[in-house]
Amino acid sequence: MYKYVIMKHIIVVGNGMVGYKFCEKFIAQSNNEDFKITVFGEEPRPAYDRVHLSEFFENQNAKALEMAPAEWYVDNGITLITGERVADINRTDKKITTAKDREFSYDYLVMATGSSPFVPPIKGVEKEGVFVYRTIEDLEGMLAYAAKLNKEKPNARAAVLGGGLLGLEAGKAVLDMGLEPHIVEFAPKLMPRQLDSRSSQVLKLKLESIGLNIHLSKATNQILGDKFITGMEFGEDDVLDVDMLIISAGIRPRDELAKACGLEVGVRGGIVVDNTMKTSDDSIYAIGEIALYNQMIYGLVAPGYDMAEVAVKQITGNIDDTMVDTIDMSTKLKLIGVDVASFGEPFMPASKGHSIIFENKTEYLYKRINVSLDGKSLLGGILVGDASDYNMLHQMYLNGMAIPENAAQLILPASDGASAFGDVTDLPDEAQVCSCESVTKGQICSAIENGEATDVAGVVACTKAGTGCGGCKPMVADLTNATLKSLGITVKEGVCEHFDLSRQDLYKIIQVKGYTTFNEVLDNHGNGGHGCELCKPLVASLMASINADTANKEYTIQDSNDRFLANIQRNGTYSVVPRVPGGEITPEKLIALGEIAKKYDLYTKITGGVRIDLFGATLNQLPLIWKELISHGFESGHAYGKSLRTVKTCVGSTWCRYGMDESVSFGIELENRYRGIRAPHKIKGGVSGCIRECAEARGKDFGLIAVEGGWNLYLGGNGGANPRHAELFAEQIDNETVIKYLDRYLMFYMRTAKPLQRTAAWQERLEGGLDYLKEVIIEDTLGIAEDLEKEMQTLVNKFECEWTQAINNPEMMKRFSHFVNSEDEDDNLVFVPMRDQKMPEPWN
Amino acid sequence: MEAILDTYKTTKLEDVKIWFKAASVNDFPIDGGACVKYKDKQIAVFNFERLGKWYACQNVCPHKMEMVLSRGMIGDDKGAPKVACPLHKKTFSLENGENLNGDIDAIATYPVKIEEDNVYIGFAE
Repeated sequence: MYKYVIMKHIIVVGNGMVGYKFCEKFIAQSNNEDFKITVFGEEPRPAYDRVHLSEFFENQNAKALEMAPAEWYVDNGITLITGERVADINRTDKKITTAKDREFSYDYLVMATGSSPFVPPIKGVEKEGVFVYRTIEDLEGMLAYAAKLNKEKPNARAAVLGGGLLGLEAGKAVLDMGLEPHIVEFAPKLMPRQLDSRSSQVLKLKLESIGLNIHLSKATNQILGDKFITGMEFGEDDVLDVDMLIISAGIRPRDELAKACGLEVGVRGGIVVDNTMKTSDDSIYAIGEIALYNQMIYGLVAPGYDMAEVAVKQITGNIDDTMVDTIDMSTKLKLIGVDVASFGEPFMPASKGHSIIFENKTEYLYKRINVSLDGKSLLGGILVGDASDYNMLHQMYLNGMAIPENAAQLILPASDGASAFGDVTDLPDEAQVCSCESVTKGQICSAIENGEATDVAGVVACTKAGTGCGGCKPMVADLTNATLKSLGITVKEGVCEHFDLSRQDLYKIIQVKGYTTFNEVLDNHGNGGHGCELCKPLVASLMASINADTANKEYTIQDSNDRFLANIQRNGTYSVVPRVPGGEITPEKLIALGEIAKKYDLYTKITGGVRIDLFGATLNQLPLIWKELISHGFESGHAYGKSLRTVKTCVGSTWCRYGMDESVSFGIELENRYRGIRAPHKIKGGVSGCIRECAEARGKDFGLIAVEGGWNLYLGGNGGANPRHAELFAEQIDNETVIKYLDRYLMFYMRTAKPLQRTAAWQERLEGGLDYLKEVIIEDTLGIAEDLEKEMQTLVNKFECEWTQAINNPEMMKRFSHFVNSEDEDDNLVFVPMRDQKMPEPWN
Repeated sequence: MEAILDTYKTTKLEDVKIWFKAASVNDFPIDGGACVKYKDKQIAVFNFERLGKWYACQNVCPHKMEMVLSRGMIGDDKGAPKVACPLHKKTFSLENGENLNGDIDAIATYPVKIEEDNVYIGFAE
């Protein structure tokens, strides 16, 4: 007997933030196997973050606003159809028809069509230069128009119709576009829904101080101009000359589809739903700004996300999960750099309690809290100019926490630096810290206590706290740090301003998550910037240490030398060092090196690591030189990388009359084993055939000296600025054991050292010192020896000569040209003669 | 030697007289740069894809007068886009050319526009 299930089909109409959230919550739901989801989006791209839409004006990066890339839908088995509007719903047959006349059947339909901007019926709104503020396409249109204005007319002006929350966001956009900003509001105050008259006045003064022109109590009669807008007329002789207008006068639910198929809608629009998000049709749900719940449309993202969650639960049979009766409309925003927040009941009537108000117009500050008549609880409030206390006040309100006897302390500037709130850890576990994602304090703390997360980025990743509006981030950070502290964990040091993580943490993350590009690491674990010369080479090095990537793969994140697989010198030319393992070279190869150096007129010198260095090669010459070197059997010497350089050897027992063992043979074997492996810093080795130590092995990161009965292994030596003799680690061990210990040692160093830390410094700062190192490597007290060996063997097996790889790949070769639009060389280069060779002209 | 710096003057968008078609957008690495030859000038051009923006500046680093900035690594300093010279990691703002980690002279910057997948650099002459 076969058991089979017929998959139920859910169609989501609308791919906005809430429609996306429905998908995300659905995937996270445990009993979701019997459903498949198809999502229709009218816009050309997948759902993006409309809350942070104004950021598009700063960077024009639509990708950065995406809730998830198109691949995410594919990876999770969701069919996403963008650029295709659902045009009709046939409820009898449970079918929808799209604007492209395609039919799809559904078992459940989820309406997430959101809203559209309300355009008041003003004469002339159809003129060119009048925009609405909703989609990325709207923004692109504005940018193009503003660019045209900026070119044609200095000091062009743009007005925003509407002084509400979205209108002020649009005002920021006007500023960013370099136009003179005007805000026109019908009501006598800004943000009439969130602010009282006094706070609105403070906000107005603040916005005027940063260059916004604000016009209140203005009803627009008509838009002036022939083809293009030239002004707005409010009354006779009351005209504002503007070159562009952005309408932001509220939203209207997109309920035309619902109306057409006979679903019950509200008098002023919106699909009527009950507390299960079900509409008047049992198979159809509505969520987000389209849903009319308790006779209200909720324009905030947090209630929309909650509705998505409820719909998911209901469809998957968890019928006890319903929407709460009263929805918290508290909100905190940064508008044009000004903090604005309101929570609970901002405009409480005097019969319910007392208001305490602090106002300082010289610093554009306004704070109001509404306290119950008995003075014991907080009912709501408004903050303008400084909302840093919003999170705590909001929590006090939500959780009905006790307030100080003198409630004014909550908003008065602290005189002695002490906080009136106590500590974040005093919050009850059920306190909802992130209201967008409904994450409680308890969830955040336990993520750390269970070891799921060890830092803020980890907490955000596993709880999703702070991924919505981001307003709770400071509190999430405080909670994370407080919890870590309570567990006795010290807060880790970050590698630069873009990462709060240490090199060791990044190593683990890249290894576990299998990241292969810098952007993946930065976007998932960074602080939101774009990287720098500190973190980019570091991440490149880590991916090389973990995945054996060569520097060809993502060459723009490689450090100066790695980027062009050569060492940049004084005048911007390069030096070339082919590998000569153990320093052993045939006369034929020596001659080839000489011929090539002569042909390209290169300055030639034996290096400190007993190799031959060819100086003065231009970018354009590098591949030509390498083609010839490779044809003579050479390979990259990685002199440019933070990787193994050379294993220096003395001539050893094959020729030397004192030699105890074949130092050259073993040196070559070790050099070939560890060649190309990227580490926190460069690594050098040395092998001496007897205790006369002609290879200076004790000045190297690893050194071997042949003695009676095997090799003595020395670790952590260094020449350079702080010379340090390597320490004796093991005595009289055979070749096999040397390799085993070295594999473990180098890998342990690669995993745990700081950026650009040589083995000497690392070993010196290792807690427990050499004894601890012996325990880990010889006795395997951490139980990681096998892993270390395996990881090293993988790197050894994957070795590939980077230069051979590069010259055989036209795409990788593109970078070896001084000009992108010419074959010419850099004409700025000047060489002067010196001892029968050449050198760069000295710097002044 | 410093005479070379006189060749490069920051050009504002409104002062552009010539839009020089340098190369196709595909000739530039993503989030990296390459050098463009225009008359006797060397101009470093950067495709800052993470910001969705393009930048151009003189290729010569005013620290040691070498033609290397196009080979530098780009990134941001507290949000401000920058390039780090490959020789000594002197960093310069790509927006206004200022030296961000020292007091070296600012570098000259030039406007860039993209049309039909081609990169144009704006010059006043």
